[in-house]
Amino acid sequence: MSHLLEVDNIVLRFGGVTAIDGVSFHVDEGELFAVIGPNGAGKTSVFNSLSQVYRPQEGDIKWKGSSIMGLRPDAVAELGIARTFQNIALFGQMTVIDNLLMGRHIRMKGNWWQNMLWKASKAEEMANREKVEDIIDFLEISPYRKMPVALLPYGIQKRVELGRALAMDPELLLLDEPAAGMNLEETEDMARFILDIREELGIAMILVEHDMGLVMDIADRILVVDFGKPIGTGLPEEVQQNPDVIAAYLGGDFVDL
Amino acid sequence: MIIFWQTLAKAIALGSIYAIMGLSFVIIFKGTQVLNFAAGALSMAGALFMSILVVDRGFPFLPFTNPLAPADGETAGLALWIVHLVIVLMIAALMGLVIERVAIRPMVGQPLFAMAVITLGLEIAIRPFNLDATAISGRSIGVPWGTETWEIGGAIFPKSYLAAVVAAAIAFVAVFFFYRSRFGVAMRAVAFDQEAAMAQGINVGRVFAIAWALGAALAVLGAIFFAMSPWPPAGTVSLEIHPIWVFRVLPVIILGGLDSVAGAVAGGLIIAIFEIFAGQYLSQWTSILGPGYSTIVPYLVMLVVLLVRPYGLFGTEEIRRV
Ligand SMILES: Nc1ncnc2c1ncn2[C@@H]1O[C@H](COP(=O)(O)OP(=O)(O)OP(=O)(O)O)[C@@H](O)[C@H]1O
Ligand SMILES: [Mg+2]
Repeated sequence: MSHLLEVDNIVLRFGGVTAIDGVSFHVDEGELFAVIGPNGAGKTSVFNSLSQVYRPQEGDIKWKGSSIMGLRPDAVAELGIARTFQNIALFGQMTVIDNLLMGRHIRMKGNWWQNMLWKASKAEEMANREKVEDIIDFLEISPYRKMPVALLPYGIQKRVELGRALAMDPELLLLDEPAAGMNLEETEDMARFILDIREELGIAMILVEHDMGLVMDIADRILVVDFGKPIGTGLPEEVQQNPDVIAAYLGGDFVDL
Repeated sequence: MIIFWQTLAKAIALGSIYAIMGLSFVIIFKGTQVLNFAAGALSMAGALFMSILVVDRGFPFLPFTNPLAPADGETAGLALWIVHLVIVLMIAALMGLVIERVAIRPMVGQPLFAMAVITLGLEIAIRPFNLDATAISGRSIGVPWGTETWEIGGAIFPKSYLAAVVAAAIAFVAVFFFYRSRFGVAMRAVAFDQEAAMAQGINVGRVFAIAWALGAALAVLGAIFFAMSPWPPAGTVSLEIHPIWVFRVLPVIILGGLDSVAGAVAGGLIIAIFEIFAGQYLSQWTSILGPGYSTIVPYLVMLVVLLVRPYGLFGTEEIRRV
């Protein structure tokens, strides 16, 4: 039985910097997997490798058993891997609805040259809008539906970006610090949404997060990286007691737990 | 009054040509965030292809005769000429694809300024071909209506005016529908944020390629219609096309808004109206204004508009949260 996603010993170098140094892990269907580590540990680089924005020099990444190494980022997205960005990357001048509709883009029928000539059919357009409205309700952002996203508060933008990723009907969601810069209440909301996504939609997720409390509370399994190297992996309790992990986080918020 | 109508018709015809050229700039800018400074050389090369195909009955660089061309000593009829126009536009699109693939794609991720400089390099690289091809004499593009005119109530209207307006209308409608298509939506996404667009499953390379193919075809279309009478030097493909891009089309799209299809058309018409009317009605002041004063009119109009609307008439204002 192959895993949904399997990362096998990837190495990613930028000139002299080794951003990822032999990281392996796997994610199963419906699983909430977390990657944690100090600043600059290589967490975002792992995401960029998964979506093939960066090309690891060594190792392999398998999606449902077949390698995705060398695919274009848009082809990876089309497989069903959606993501949010550490620094929100929304289409700022567009409304919330239009941003989410953009997420539906890859689910549209027809090939590219047909799409150059035609718009979506009425029926397809309606279905897309319905889907988008469902997500907007789900994430409780209906008051902002018609506003340009650039004008929205940061916490809401984070939710819109999550919504755009959900609109792609993904099987795996990569969330890069979804609660960064949020207050306690916003963080709790975000945690609730993430859990709902898993419970109600059954979508597997990889969560990169600095907020230890959040990760320990909601993740099924955790991978800890430091300087691009894996230093511990397992259930939240196991990771919490791992001496290497404690050492890496000494003085950090990890000790408070 | 006759003078007025003739002047107006001339302005609208020239404005139509500026609009086509403006659309070429806009589509490449919208897709790739780059101003195509190779437009001059590229468009003139395309117009020369047209001349070689229909007038010389040959192929550029190749020792064949064009089997479709009109018989010796005859000019192409309307249908045949349009067939050749379509062929040339397809060749132009192909040139756009090649340029994008060879010169632009490898620069993705580099500063936009570097890409703009690459297009400037292309301009310089293509120019010798244009110089060579026109060194001995001007080349006609063999329009079937030549320098024929209509006379309406004493006023004289060249047929090429109508041709330019029709060409611009077709180009505008095509670009308009293209933008409303799903592919146009993808292009908007790429213009906002390439990385996010990729994560949305949008093939950024394809958006770049299509933008260049369409942009190149529009540039050549504009140059071909500028090579008809009465534009100087009457009815030939000439190096005059190069300054047009810099001194006219640039103000047109800055005036209209760099990323606006409607803006390119409105900007083209406005600039041409000011240019042609100033040339016609201020000519008795030439001794004061200086010869060639009408050349700077587009820039004056542009400056005035930018004072009021820094993003151009139809450009997208950048939304920032403060
Ligand atoms: N495009 C790049 N070019 C060069 N070096 C890079 C690039 N991207 C990342 N790096 C380097 O790789 C290392 C890991 O960076 P990465 O952004 O993956 O860390 P991170 O764990 O996400 O950090 P943070 O918690 O601050 O987001 C850093 O040393 C960074 O400087
Ligand atoms: Mg990061």
